[in-house]
Amino acid sequence: MSSTKLGAAPGHPAYVRITHAVIVLSVLVLLYSGLAILVAHPRLYWGQVGNSLTPTLIELPWGRNYHNVPFGPPTAFFGPDGPVTRSRLKEVANLNSWARSLHFLTAWAFLAGLTAYLGLSLASGHLQRDILPGRKAFSVGALMADIRAHLTFRPPQGHAGPPYNLLQKIAYAVIVCFALPLMIFTGLSMSPAITTAVPLLTTLSGGYQTARTLHFVSMVLIFGFILVHLAMVLLTGVRRQLRAILIGG
Amino acid sequence: MMDDARLTPGRRAVLSGLAGSAGLALTGCQENPPTYGNLLRIGDNLTYQAQRLLLPARSLAREYDRSDISNMPAVGTTDPGDPKSETFDPQLGPLYDRLRRGGFADWRLLIEGSVARPVSLGLEDLKRLARRTQITRHTCEEGWTAIAEWTGAPLMAALALARPNAGARFVNFMAYDGQIDSIDMIDALHPQTLLAYGMNGRDLPLGHGAPVRLRVERQIGYKSLKFIRKIFVSDHFVDPGKAGLIQSGWAWYNGI
Repeated sequence: MSSTKLGAAPGHPAYVRITHAVIVLSVLVLLYSGLAILVAHPRLYWGQVGNSLTPTLIELPWGRNYHNVPFGPPTAFFGPDGPVTRSRLKEVANLNSWARSLHFLTAWAFLAGLTAYLGLSLASGHLQRDILPGRKAFSVGALMADIRAHLTFRPPQGHAGPPYNLLQKIAYAVIVCFALPLMIFTGLSMSPAITTAVPLLTTLSGGYQTARTLHFVSMVLIFGFILVHLAMVLLTGVRRQLRAILIGG
Repeated sequence: MMDDARLTPGRRAVLSGLAGSAGLALTGCQENPPTYGNLLRIGDNLTYQAQRLLLPARSLAREYDRSDISNMPAVGTTDPGDPKSETFDPQLGPLYDRLRRGGFADWRLLIEGSVARPVSLGLEDLKRLARRTQITRHTCEEGWTAIAEWTGAPLMAALALARPNAGARFVNFMAYDGQIDSIDMIDALHPQTLLAYGMNGRDLPLGHGAPVRLRVERQIGYKSLKFIRKIFVSDHFVDPGKAGLIQSGWAWYNGI
């Protein structure tokens, strides 16, 4: 990398910049289409089964279907205490025709970007060296010092790119090694075709509705990360940071 | 459970008749539905081809216990004979209403198209075919799920009676609410793909597609067309226009 002319600001290698761009753009489209998908049924459940006739874990006040889906009278399948069916009396607000197809098209780009980043950063040692908080760097004292520095809005200044402070490493590691892969794992766990070939997905994720709820929780985590990440970029020199992630050195 | 003794000759006939498309399936090269240049439909086809290439053709959807059977909403068309319904078809609706009033005794399922011998089956004919009962999870595109027990004839057993031609690649379904949809031969010959006439141990209720609905267990719920009227086997993808999914803006393949 031709990074010497800015001295302490080496910028990011090309593969980081490219995969970062692919992941950023795809995550934004996935967020948008994902929230559009959620409009059709803004209710979250746990386990395999969840629908308008079963109890919810969380009802999200999201879109026109919130508390607004009328059903006809119940008909029992077996006895009076057993499962029932009820007819839905109107078509619900539903953007899934385009939202699902856009979500799954974008998921291909996301999968490619994340796989390339994890593979290349693992091969180059970037992941082990700069992202994963090593045992040596990890101490309660260092963590407290970092938290104090952030709470007083005095995060380490002066460079873009690694080395990262401990809180930063933890945030990046949680996102690239846990939250983003969890989106793929829980997403695949909801596929009726893929789970027939890999039943382990359903077993590990705890069922379709658990996977859907975890998909949502992980989305919230990623959304929160994006807000904090953007705030830190603003606080630590937006021009230098943008230059480092967009054009390198 | 499947009655293999009654199914075997039929299955052999279908499978030998489909040697051509089976060969194509092995290379993972399925015929794509048209995209009309729409990027989203191109993405749908990418997912379709990738799943056909990577996933085994006969992997089974998980089957549950009777105690897992849950409440299940009836959505979309819940009575094709109701003129007030948003999906009422002025030609088919009254026909359906008449059949329903007669307890579906006059209901006939025509299987035609690229077949050696078109057949017309009544409910009793379907019930005389191999019978399969499975407790599976219905996964609606909206995000909800339900578990129910479905009883019916494997589609492959019904197709075997009509003997699809060697070049047959798609099975198209027409419903009494005017919907037309299709599945490829991989899903059509899948052992859990049923022409279901029973749900939770009784006749298929009106709201769930009486008298016969399709069950395609490895795809999203809307592929399991309700109120089946007619089956048409084709050598190539048939786009039914606004009655179908693609020109209404929906993914035709939905295994994701």
